[in-house]
Amino acid sequence: MDMNTIVMLLALFVLSLFLGVELITKVPPTLHTPLMSGTNAISGITLVGALLAAGSDAHSMVVNILGFLAVTLATLNVVGGYLVTNRMLAMFKRK
Amino acid sequence: MNATTVNLVYLAAAILFILGIKGLGKPKTAVRGNLMSAVGMLLAVVITLLDNSIVNFEYIIAGAVLGTLIGGVMAIKVQMTAMPQMVAMLNGFGGGASLAIALAEYYAKVGEASALTETLGASPFGTGAIGVIAVLSISLTILIGAVTLTGSFVAFAKLQEWMKKDYGLPGGPIGNGALLLIGLGAIIALCLTPTNATLIIVIVIAALLLGLFLVMPIGGADMPVVIALLNSYSGIAAALAGFILGNTVLIVAGSLVGTSGLILTKIMCVAMNRSLANVLFGKMAAGGESISADEVYGGKVKSAQPEEAAMMLETAKRVVIVPGFGMAMAQAQHAVRELMDVLEARGCEVEFAIHPVAGRMPGHMNVLLAEAEVPYEKLVEMDRINPTFEETDVAIVIGANDVTNPMAREDKGSPIYGMPILHVDKAKNVLVIKRSLSPGFAGLPNPLFAMDHTYMVYGDGKKAVIDMTAALDMAD
Repeated sequence: MDMNTIVMLLALFVLSLFLGVELITKVPPTLHTPLMSGTNAISGITLVGALLAAGSDAHSMVVNILGFLAVTLATLNVVGGYLVTNRMLAMFKRK
Repeated sequence: MNATTVNLVYLAAAILFILGIKGLGKPKTAVRGNLMSAVGMLLAVVITLLDNSIVNFEYIIAGAVLGTLIGGVMAIKVQMTAMPQMVAMLNGFGGGASLAIALAEYYAKVGEASALTETLGASPFGTGAIGVIAVLSISLTILIGAVTLTGSFVAFAKLQEWMKKDYGLPGGPIGNGALLLIGLGAIIALCLTPTNATLIIVIVIAALLLGLFLVMPIGGADMPVVIALLNSYSGIAAALAGFILGNTVLIVAGSLVGTSGLILTKIMCVAMNRSLANVLFGKMAAGGESISADEVYGGKVKSAQPEEAAMMLETAKRVVIVPGFGMAMAQAQHAVRELMDVLEARGCEVEFAIHPVAGRMPGHMNVLLAEAEVPYEKLVEMDRINPTFEETDVAIVIGANDVTNPMAREDKGSPIYGMPILHVDKAKNVLVIKRSLSPGFAGLPNPLFAMDHTYMVYGDGKKAVIDMTAALDMAD
């Protein structure tokens, strides 16, 4: 990674924070619990990093085992998060 | 798969996450929003699996199967009353995943170094500022990920009522401050000697302990703030992991989750009229001139049987139900819905008054009542329902206490003075369903219970509501 890339990533990070504020303040209080579980599922995007670690040809057991742990935990977040959010939101939609 | 294609697909995934959260702006579009966000996740995962650097699939398959099984079972089995525990666990797993990724990245880099560049004496993380930034991203991800992991498990234990006492380090904030300093010191040392793996272990241990001791002193009713904050941490850890890997979708998704948690944290703090620092490190103020329960209640509290309470409801034109954590504890949400049905069949208008910190997490009451099929239009926020209490014939408080305490409005010496409350005392009649006169989390007596127009209905929340409903159903 060179300095330009790092600065671009930083710009992306800062702009996403501003976007986050705009998006989240529009979510009504009645949906705050599904918002939390739904964002939990989104933070399971770490699965992407976990896959790279678990599948890498690292010649190191430690790296692959840490990768396995990361895949397990991130998958749990993704599957558990989306399913439970869907379950809750379906109850709100019923009417 | 070349890098450009991968990054374009990551961009598509990020857009789907953003549209997904936007969908949560209305109950009607929320299910679709969640689906879009899930499709984004699927895209990002599939394109990553096509990456050339992935050569081992055993660990991936094992982890994915295990994670899917546990996550799926948890999501299907969990009761709506236990949703705070579920979210606490998910926060912890998110932090744990970021922690594991950062550690894996560290050991992978150091391993390459010993194999290749040891003789050159160069840092495997790059030279100069680039190297420092790389080490900083790894160690900060470890720090925040580890705090989120253990902090969330303590929050889970408290919500599950496995840990009823509030323990802390000797010296309270000072002990935590010392742990934080050890962690930060180790991070600085690691920037200077990146290959010293002992320092990584020091950071991990200090951060794991910090997570434990930060949450252990915090009481159950402050958990909405803690869960929201840990939610934010899990997002920030994911965004930092994005800096380690130079991965755009991790940065976008992580910062969206980070801001979401922070905004919810702020909403919860405002609703309790306390600063974040006060929730994390302080105790509820002991109160200048503390009022004893006897002084407030002495001979003035009236009680009613469920049948008498039903008689008050017979002629009511407008009823407001005020649910609190006690309703969740008693699993009374379905009974409350039936009471609403019977009242509405008699031509009475029924609404629910939802205080932002009612329950154990943001929106907890809304989810419970949605489960019991109460239409969400009937769940009214504090600011909108407060002006209507004066035209309300009967307010029914079930399992709520501090958020109805008029001292917060009137008694300047009270520790909860200034906290926004539901103006239940303005209703023409008030029924309070409660086991006893025991105080709420703030440890204060509630003058509402002793008012002329208030009647206490003692007993289990669910049973009392069922008895009231039955008596009302029998009337004329």
